[in-house]
Parts: sequence; structure tokens; C-alpha cells
Amino acid sequence: MILIICATFAVFGVVLGFSAVYFKVQGNPIVDKIEAILPQTQCGQCSYPGCRPYAEAIASGEADINQCPPGGQDGINALADLLGLEAKPLNDEFGAVKPKSVAVIIEEDCIGCTKCIQACPVDAILGSAKMMHTVIANECTGCELCVAPCPVDCIVMEPIEQTISTWQWPEPERKYA
Amino acid sequence: MKFSTALSPHVQPVNSVTRVMFEVIVALVPGIIALVWFFGLGVLINVVLAVITALMAESLVLLVRGRPVWVSLKDLSAVVTAVLLAISLPAIAPWWVTVTGIVFAIVIAKHLYGGLGYNPFNPAMIGYVFLLVSFPLPMTSWPAVAGLGTMTLNFQDIAQLIFFERIPENADYDALTMATPLDALKTQLSLQKTVLEAQSGAVFGYLAGKGWEWVSLAYLLGGLWLMVRKIINWHIPVGLILGISVISGICYLIDAQLYAPPVFHLFAGATMLGAFFIATDPVTAATTVKGRLIYGMMIGALVYIIRVWGGYPDAVAFSVLLANLAAPALDYFTKPRVFGHRA
Amino acid sequence: MLNLARFHGGLHLPNNKELSNQAPLRQASIPKKLVYPLMQRPGVTVDPKVQVGERVLRGQVIAHSDHPLATPVHAASSGVIEAIEERLIPHPSGMADVCIVIATDGLDESLVTQGVADFSSQDPASIRTAIKNAGIVGLGGAAFPTAIKLNPGPQRKLDTLLLNGAECEPYITCDDCLMQNQPESVLVGAQILLHSLHIERCIVAIEDHMKRAYARLTQAVAALNDPRIIIVQVPAIYPTGGEKQLIKVVTGKETPSGGIPADIGVLCVNVGTASAVYDAVCKGKPLTERVITVTGRGVKEPQNRYVRIGTPISELIEQCGGYTEHVERLIMGGPMMGFALPDDEIAVVKATNCILAGTAADINIGKQAMPCIRCGDCAKACPVDLLPQQLYWHSRAGNLDKCKEFSLFDCIECGCCEVVCPSHIPLVQYYRSAKSKVIAKAKEAEKAAVAKRRHDMHLERKAKEQAEKAERARLKKEALAKVKQANAEKEGVTQ
Repeated sequence: MILIICATFAVFGVVLGFSAVYFKVQGNPIVDKIEAILPQTQCGQCSYPGCRPYAEAIASGEADINQCPPGGQDGINALADLLGLEAKPLNDEFGAVKPKSVAVIIEEDCIGCTKCIQACPVDAILGSAKMMHTVIANECTGCELCVAPCPVDCIVMEPIEQTISTWQWPEPERKYA
Repeated sequence: MKFSTALSPHVQPVNSVTRVMFEVIVALVPGIIALVWFFGLGVLINVVLAVITALMAESLVLLVRGRPVWVSLKDLSAVVTAVLLAISLPAIAPWWVTVTGIVFAIVIAKHLYGGLGYNPFNPAMIGYVFLLVSFPLPMTSWPAVAGLGTMTLNFQDIAQLIFFERIPENADYDALTMATPLDALKTQLSLQKTVLEAQSGAVFGYLAGKGWEWVSLAYLLGGLWLMVRKIINWHIPVGLILGISVISGICYLIDAQLYAPPVFHLFAGATMLGAFFIATDPVTAATTVKGRLIYGMMIGALVYIIRVWGGYPDAVAFSVLLANLAAPALDYFTKPRVFGHRA
Repeated sequence: MLNLARFHGGLHLPNNKELSNQAPLRQASIPKKLVYPLMQRPGVTVDPKVQVGERVLRGQVIAHSDHPLATPVHAASSGVIEAIEERLIPHPSGMADVCIVIATDGLDESLVTQGVADFSSQDPASIRTAIKNAGIVGLGGAAFPTAIKLNPGPQRKLDTLLLNGAECEPYITCDDCLMQNQPESVLVGAQILLHSLHIERCIVAIEDHMKRAYARLTQAVAALNDPRIIIVQVPAIYPTGGEKQLIKVVTGKETPSGGIPADIGVLCVNVGTASAVYDAVCKGKPLTERVITVTGRGVKEPQNRYVRIGTPISELIEQCGGYTEHVERLIMGGPMMGFALPDDEIAVVKATNCILAGTAADINIGKQAMPCIRCGDCAKACPVDLLPQQLYWHSRAGNLDKCKEFSLFDCIECGCCEVVCPSHIPLVQYYRSAKSKVIAKAKEAEKAAVAKRRHDMHLERKAKEQAEKAERARLKKEALAKVKQANAEKEGVTQ
């Protein structure tokens, strides 16, 4: 009897040992999952220097899930869902939800100082010293990090307008149903 | 020229909830006539009382919930619930039984779960079961079928009974009531009689019980009308009838002395009412084709099991409620194959 | 004779076709203006090839692009380019987009073109080129470029050409009318397609109430003496004219979800498209006009007309006697799947098969949605065998993953579920909105992935710069140290 029990334990021990080796997960999967939900704006409004660091902070329990204004309530809900937490409203210490916008450089005012180029987390601004700079609108995440460094205040955030190709079917209004 | 826009489809809708509910009420008329014929005008008093109570309860809850009253009242769903519960009650049940049952059905079973469309259980049956477990005596005291009792009651007597519980002079309560066929069968079988011996009793008729069988036939008629009018689908009634027939048929073949024939179970008690009017309540039933067949069969089988081996003589209400519980699971496991998808 | 299959669900709708199919097919007159939107489908926009003030002839290409799904736009009459500006376009959003506007001069001068008398000498590639250059798209409503459809790739083996003449939407009779008046051009168009696809079987499917069209087509087939072409009458159940539904009815085969009919060997084109192919190949005429049904109780003389593409609807309605006083809504397409237009200055496009001026007798003017009672009538009516009710709950709750699980994208938005719904819930609208959201979310995810990649690259570059900087500083320090040492040594020597 004792032998059988010992043998069972031995078998389980071996199985566990092998699984630990064979099914070892590279990296931290929960951080990846959290990061997948974050909008990748890289704006740093959450007080971390990018989406990945914020994801790591959430995973370690250091940061709360309601610190990401660009992700909005949908993002918070998705995080709450993933982590089995209660969804909560956005913490307004970290900013408010704004319509999606892109940075636009008022080209005649630009002095070509390259400060914005250094600030852009996704390298979406083109130009070199003493030359006028331009934003690649398609790549801009709307993080606003380039606005503050500009010495002549020539960068403005313009909300993305709805066009016929970005138009979405509206949801029906709900009255009684 | 400018035009106002709307989204497709632009075609007029072909149906409405009000129409569905109205047709259900119309289809109940033959059954109500048969009930009145055999059990007296108390049935009508119950129905009217129930409808008034239901409309008042519904309006009140809607007001409390801040919902538009008229829009919801005119869907007639409260009326259907009221009529279904009223015709399930004994024809001389005291007024407070009807009122309590309806209020429970509308307020608790329907609106506390979100109102029409959101209630997981059939409100009329919740009301019925609530009454049955709370007030067993008035709920099982059916008046004697016309022609079988020792005395006949006029409208005044019945009203006195219902509203003041005043028994007519020179009569006692027992003389007014009579066991239902299902009840009688159960009692006789427990006295070691055979089915055949039991069925020689006065309450039994050609198919099931005297009077009761005609009521069942009237419900069947109304149910067939609903199918013709495409208000209900055939799946649930057929499933239910199939379920009860098959299981009672098997038992009958095994031992005809102990188990009543299928035709008795089909036309006794509330089988037909349940099959065509109660189990078919769309809100609480399964919604897929296969799911509905299984749902019906489940109720049929449960009705028989509880009738024969359970503590209650009839079991439509319990069976429907139990099947309500299973409906979401049935829907989940009976999803149809979508066009162009592999089986 | 063919054994017909059937699809699940569908509806028998009052078809109201007699409103428009009694009048003879007539030629619409030249409108004062012709308007051509540059957007052809989401993401496909053509570039203008003309300048404001330039004179153009009928048949001249005025816009085109290199996009594979783009088709050239031809002027439908001669005139002067008046403007290239934003105008309302026929789109469910009711928004404006850039259009080319031609002020016609009434001379209707055409470019001189020539077709090939004997198409059988042509190879498939040159037929496809002719079709593409003629600007032909599917005229059934989807407006997919026909030349692309004709080239489904070598891995798909085609065996049947299906001509869709089952005009299942109520009110619309343009295909019926075309088949009655020009059965030969439809059938020769089919022969051209058969030739270019190297297949030997063509089925022309029409609804069983189209008696006259059936007679005319049968006559024409007999005259052509082509055993490859069969005419079948299918039961008129909406939406039997849906491509996948019709294929199921005629061949019994189901197009796999997410696939195209060519996956099961079938190529399905509208009869109007076949006729346009005939015009393009045999007569060299580009697609500049089509048959359009103008109908509904909101227009005085409902009828079918050959209408120049680009004609503003207001002019077309005027030619049909104008509006009646009870007109309530203007719909492009049929009452089941068409969309309401905010203004009749909008012009007809290649995909326009019907203009429905509806009154309260034709269409519903506002219905009140009530709670779902789970009756399941929607599931019974669904031609795709979906569970519309479950889709409704999930799309309403914004539960997009669940929507996908219940096959949201298999929904063809035919509207059957909504018409039978006793609670009058705008079901289709919920599904369209959910589909929009899924697509938008996918786009956002794609954008986020790009942003992440660029950010990672940015960090890498920063790290590299930092490392280089550190390296440079170290080298400098070393050099400095060396110089110092050398100096010290030198000093030592001199001392």
C-alpha cells in the first residue's frame, strides 16, 4: 500500500517536473495580454513611460487599471474582464477621454528645432535641423507628447474627422425595448 | 426635394405582440366556455377579477419602474397571464386567492425580472405554484362537475362563495366539491384498486374525467387554431404530447392495472392547456427548433413522472417551470448549422 | 429538368411588381446634369482624368485609377465638365463626397467605338480587358467589378455560369423588363461569358411569376440553338435572388461561409451584367446606361427606363410624371435592402436598380420597438439559419466576440427577421452597427500594432544612440588619458 502511494507520488513528481520544463512559458504572458488591450498610444498619461511599462505595473499590482485615458471606458472594462476585477470609471487625475486626434504642425511657424522629433514615441515626425517638420498623420497616435516641447507652439492637435470611409452604421436608439 | 430617411427594411412589419396576445386570448374562448359549462360561472368571475387585478398591478409596477404605462399595457401580455392563471384555479376559489396569485405573478415573477421578455419563468405558472404551496386547500377544492354534484349553485351562491366564502344554506363544503379525475385515480390506486376499477367511478368519462375531457378538447381546438394562425409552432405541443404519450404508453403496456392509458393522461388535468397555451409561452421556452421539441418532450415526461410517482395529482405547472430552467441550455446545445458552415 | 432545392426561411412578400411592369420600356431623355461620385466602394476612389471646363464626349473616360478594384467611369453624354466638387452621393450615411459634374449640351456626341462581331475569336484575357475598360460592374446591386469576378484563379474549377434574373425584392422589375425586351443581348452576353470562362453550362434563373420573360427567353434560346443554356423558374420566395441563396436553389450546393461561389464551381452574374457584357464586347459600348425601375405610389407614372448613369433622381422622377402628393420616402434599391436618400439631387449610379418613391401605403413610417418576446419567428425566417435573437442580445450588449460566435458576418442583411418581428425591433440595424464596430475595432488593433512596432523601434534606436554615445565618451576619455600620459612622459623626458 505504502509502496503504491509512494509510486503514485513519484509518477506525479516526474510529470510535474517534466511539465515545468516542457511547458515553460517564455516571458510574462499576463503582461502581454494586458499590453494587447492598451491602445499603444505611448502617451505616458498613466505616469509610466509607455504602454509596456504600464502593463508591467498593472501586472505587478503597482498601478490601477483606470489610468489610461486614450483606452477609455472600453479599455478599462476589457482590463477588468481580463483580470477578473471590478470595472471602475477612469481616474481623472490621469486625464480625460478626448476625441481621437492627430498632431498637425503649422508649417509656416516651424523653426526646425527638432525638439518634437525627439519627443515623438513612434517616430512619426519627419524633418531635420533647420528644416520644416511634418507629421505622418497615419502613424501619429495622438499622444500629444510633441506639443509641449515646441518652443514656438506651432503644433496643434486636430480631432480626426469622420469621413465617408470611416463612417459607421449607427446603433438604433432604445426607447422601450 | 428633401426627404426624411430611415433604415431598411422599409416594409411594414407583418405581426405585433398585441396581435399575438390577442389571438391567444381568442383561442382560449372555447376552453373558457367549456369550463363555465361544467364548473359554473365562478370561472368567469375569476377571469374578470384576475384581468382587472393584473392590469392594475402591471400599471402600478410600470409607474414605479418609470416605464410608459399605456405602451406596455396594450401589448396584452398581462391579460394573457391573468386569464391563464384564472382558468387554472378552482372555479370557486376565494377572491383573495386569485388576487394574491396574480399580484405575485405580475410583480414578482414578471417585473422583478425585468418585465415582458426578460422573465425566466412563466409568470402564470409561478403564480399557480405559489398559490398551490401556500394555500393547498382552496387550490384543490374544485366544484363538482355539472350534473354530478348533489346540488346546483346559482350565480348568487357562487359570488357569495368567492367573495365572502359563505356556503349556501343547507349545504356543506364537502358536498360542493369533488375530486378531480387525476386526484380520484391517485387515491384509488393507493387503495390497491386497479386502474379499471378506479375508472368505473362517477367522475370518469369516455376519455378521461367527465367534463374535464370536454374542456381539454376545447383547449385542443383553440390550440389548433393558434397553429393555423401561425401564432405558435407545432414543435412544443407535439413534443409535449409525444413525451407524455410515449412514456405513459410504455408504462401502460407494462402494467395496465397500475398505469392509466395514454389517452387518459392526454385529456385529464391541464395537459392540453399546458401543451398549447402554457409551454408555448415564447418568453420562457427554448427558441430553436430542436430545442423546442426537446423542451416539449421534457415537459411531457415530467408531467407524467410527477403525476404517477410524485406527490401532486397534476404537474403541468411544476414541469413547465423545471423546463424553463433548462431552456437556455437547450438553446445553447441546439444551435442550427448556419448556411455555408460545415456540420 | 433541374431538381430545385430550397433554402431555410425566407418570406412571401406582396411583390407590388405590377405597379411598374405594365408600362413599356422607354429611353429616358438626356438630363441637364450628370453627376459621378469618385468613390466606388469603401477604400476605392478613382481620380478625375478631366479638368473643369473641358468638353467630353459620350463614352469618354472621365475618371479612373490603378486600384485593382477600380473601374473606369465614362461620360454618359457629351457636355462640359462643370465642377469637381463635394456633392451628396448615394450612400447610407447621407454624406457628401467628391463628384464630377457634367453640364450636358444635348448633342449627345459619342466617341466612335467598334466591337468585335465574332467574340469566339477573342481570348479570355482580351474579353476581360474589354469588360474592364467598359467599366462593367455587377448590376444586381453589389457593383463588384465583373472582370475580376471572371478571373477566380486557377485553383478554382468552374462548371456552371448562373445568370441571376430572380429579382426577389418587391417593386423592382428592371431585370424582368430587360429580359422581356432584350432577351438576345442577355443570352449572347451569357455566351460570351461561357466562352471566356471555358465552361459548358449556363443556367438562367428567373422567378416563377415572370411568365412573359420566360416565354421571350425560351424563344430566344431556341433561336440561338444553344443547348448549353437552360432557363429555370424558381419559386418566388424572398431572398431567392441573393447570390448564395439562388445557387443553393438551383444547384443544391452551399457556398462556404466566407468563401465565394467560385469555390463550389459556380459563377453568378446578374442578367443586366450579361447584357452589358454583350454591349461592351460586340458593340464596343461602355457601360453608360442601364434599366432602372422608377416605382412606388409616390410617383405618378411608375415604369422602367433606360437611364444614363449619373442622372439626378429629380430629373428622372420628373420624366415619370413627378411625385404624387403623398410621397414620404425616397429609396434607392428595394424596400427590403435599399437605403433611403435625404435628397433627390443625388444621381443614380451603376448599382442603382430601382428608385422607390414610397407613400405610407408602400412603406412603414415609424414603428415602435418593444421588448423581444423570444418568439423565434426571426430564426424561422432567416435564410442563413442564424439565430437573429441571440445576435440581437449580443450586439445590443456590445458583446462582439459572442456576435462572431453566432456568425454575425454570415448575415446578409436581407431584413426578413425584422419584418416578421412582432416586437418591431430594428434587428438589421443592430447587426450592421455590430459589424461596423467589429471592423472598426480590427482597424484600431492594426493601428495599435503598428504604433507598438514603431515605438519598439524608437526605443531600440534610442538605446543604440545611448550606447554609441557612451562608447564615444569612453573612447574620448581613453584618448584623453593617453594624451595626458604622453604629455606626462614627455615632460618626464625633458626634465
